Amino acid sequence: MSVAETSPTRAVDLAAKRRTRIVGAILILLGAFLVLVFGDAPGDATFRLSRPRDTWVLPDLIVPAQPFIYIAAALTAFLGARQFLRGGGRWTTLSLGLGLGLAVMAFLVWATAENAFSLTGMLQATMVRAVPIALGGLAAVMCERVAVVNIAVEGMLLAGAFTGALMGSVIGGWGGLLSAVVVGGFFGFILAALVVTYRMDQIIAGVVINLFVLGLTSYVSSQVFADMRHLNNAPVFRSIKIPILGDIPVIGPMLFNQNLFVYGALIMVAVSTYYLFHTRSGLRARAVGEHPRAADTLGIDVYWTRYVHVTIGGMIAGFGGAWFTLGSVGRFDENMTGGRGYIGLAAMIFGRWHPVGALMAALVFGFTDSLQQKLALLNTPIPSEFLAMAPYIATIIVVAGLVGRARAPAADGKPYVKE
Amino acid sequence: MSVNEALDTARDKLLERAAPGRVQFEDLVIVPLFAVVAALMIGALVMLATGVDLATIGRSYVALVVGSVGSVAALSETLVAAVPLVLAALGLAIGFRTGLFNIGAEGQILMGGLAAVIFGFTFANLPFVLLMPLSLLAGAVTGAFYAGIAGWLRAATGAHEVISTIMLNLISYRLLDYMLSLDWVQREGRADPVSRSVPDAAELPKLLEWLDPNLRVHAGVFLMLLAVALVYWLMFRTKLGFEFRASGASPDAARYAGIRASLIIVVAMATAGALAGLAGANQTLGVLGRATPGFSAGIGFDAIAVALMGRSHPVGVLFAGLLFGGLEAGGRQMQVDAGVSIDLIGIIQALIIVFIAAPLLVCAIFPWGFRSDPKGGAQ
Repeated sequence: MSVAETSPTRAVDLAAKRRTRIVGAILILLGAFLVLVFGDAPGDATFRLSRPRDTWVLPDLIVPAQPFIYIAAALTAFLGARQFLRGGGRWTTLSLGLGLGLAVMAFLVWATAENAFSLTGMLQATMVRAVPIALGGLAAVMCERVAVVNIAVEGMLLAGAFTGALMGSVIGGWGGLLSAVVVGGFFGFILAALVVTYRMDQIIAGVVINLFVLGLTSYVSSQVFADMRHLNNAPVFRSIKIPILGDIPVIGPMLFNQNLFVYGALIMVAVSTYYLFHTRSGLRARAVGEHPRAADTLGIDVYWTRYVHVTIGGMIAGFGGAWFTLGSVGRFDENMTGGRGYIGLAAMIFGRWHPVGALMAALVFGFTDSLQQKLALLNTPIPSEFLAMAPYIATIIVVAGLVGRARAPAADGKPYVKE
Repeated sequence: MSVNEALDTARDKLLERAAPGRVQFEDLVIVPLFAVVAALMIGALVMLATGVDLATIGRSYVALVVGSVGSVAALSETLVAAVPLVLAALGLAIGFRTGLFNIGAEGQILMGGLAAVIFGFTFANLPFVLLMPLSLLAGAVTGAFYAGIAGWLRAATGAHEVISTIMLNLISYRLLDYMLSLDWVQREGRADPVSRSVPDAAELPKLLEWLDPNLRVHAGVFLMLLAVALVYWLMFRTKLGFEFRASGASPDAARYAGIRASLIIVVAMATAGALAGLAGANQTLGVLGRATPGFSAGIGFDAIAVALMGRSHPVGVLFAGLLFGGLEAGGRQMQVDAGVSIDLIGIIQALIIVFIAAPLLVCAIFPWGFRSDPKGGAQ
């Protein structure tokens, strides 16, 4: 339980002060770490900003490795020292963010020293890899804004991926996508029924849906797909380049030369932000999440609102799940979501229950994910397992250090019983 | 003001379900019975939907029973599958009772099992009476340490244990892969990531080898029974156990009563981790004889279900673990005899938990099974 509920403000101040100190110390150590470990990078690092066949070709960005790393380390340490001595308030989060960003840049320069690295390619991959996480996070936002905790995002993604592959093989890509959305919505409806009507515990309901979907999809893929391969061979949505915008260096390939899922995710984030914060029914949904009793008194049907939003959340997750099959390989493999749904949940919490925040957090995960992939090509001495761990360790650090001030919808996780 | 209010409150509800004060006969016997029956019925429907004919469905359920309790070999397999489930679930049950939702058993199993193997082959020349217990201990301590990270983070910074244990699970997979590729861990002359084998003196002895060398049941069974008794004693007969339960039932009241909440969180997580680590050591020392990638095989997640089904009571966990172990062993027989994939068992397990966790749903399906209507799902 939270400290603040029972303690006076002084305890909050003390906790905030301690966090300030911890963040300061972390940044100073990070600066020292950069110098000690990465300080001896030889030569220059070359970052390619465009590909040779692009319409507008930018020159390569050449960074002298050692000076850059020293400057980044000095800046990080300065931020840390400032934070340690007199930081606080907004500065804590900002400093940690900046410091981590500088450290990542220094690391990148170190890894690329005497080598070339396509920044454009990595940003494009970042966007692609962020999509399922962002959609999972967005699905969770829709549910939690009406006070339903959705651990089942993982299962809904998996269900979407499976349906996309199966129905995509039978009736084509668009049909597969539509079915994935419908099935995602179906599991959202089931979750709503279990937690709203049958008042089952929300976390148990989520865990069970995950178990059930994992069991069902694994069962069908070993029982049916093994013999009938044609049922697991769906068409893949190719990327569509938007004219002119797609030619903008760096940003163009990242945002405007992608497949349907990337555009879909961006549009959905925009639409859901507008819906939740600028429309009447969005306001009502949030009221149900904050204070269902009051909402009920005002004539809002709490149960109906929860059913609708959790089902919509499921549909979003189903769309996100289709990314795994229709957006990349066209084939379903057992447990192919591999915990992306849980990371989406974490993204929602970093993003402070806001669609745009969830997208930003998902981009951070997408970035580390694609960074790890690309670094494997650069022959760094760091074992790939540790690079793969990095996003998870970062998550723990961020959850422990940063999330302190975000606030969930007040009624989140509580069943509502009409009187 | 906590960030984690959402998960907190949800978890509180969970604990209400997972650790009810007084359980009634209906709740304890009839609901699980109906849950199993309903799950098997829906399982049959799933098989029908995937083109399995009725005769095969009948054969597969016969195989399920025969493979779980039909012979000495089946019972042996059931116990082998149940032991790690019960051990890990006991740890999770302590967590639930204390108000902690620990999803990290999987990672703790991996780390504990790996540590037990490393200890076993490193000190291979110790005699059995020392090596076996010390290897188990190494597993338990490592598991406790790994879970302790999440506990400490929760106590010190308020980082929610659901997220940190999920992340620690994901980290443990990579860490295991990395460790298995190290020269001093990897078996000589192997290119794939497999650890060295533990010496015989570190293995949990097989119990029925004199009867038939294929019977795999091992001394872990005693470990399981001992752990059930110990956890019962800890939870209901000691001051620490009382503090666990008090913190879980009402954190605020516990704080006013002078219970050090942060310390309790760390100790409860570490105890849970020790039991999960023991479950891992049990797998590597009793069944596999070495560590391989992903040797935990989802036991940590199934253990969540076992702990929930056992209502976070040590004795309940024992029975739930035996049921799930039986399903596992029977499921393998089902795959062999009827050609129905063992993944069906996962579906049946999930359905059993749904029906157990939502008594209202069971009442709606079987209205004649209940004398009194339970009031509200959470009761």
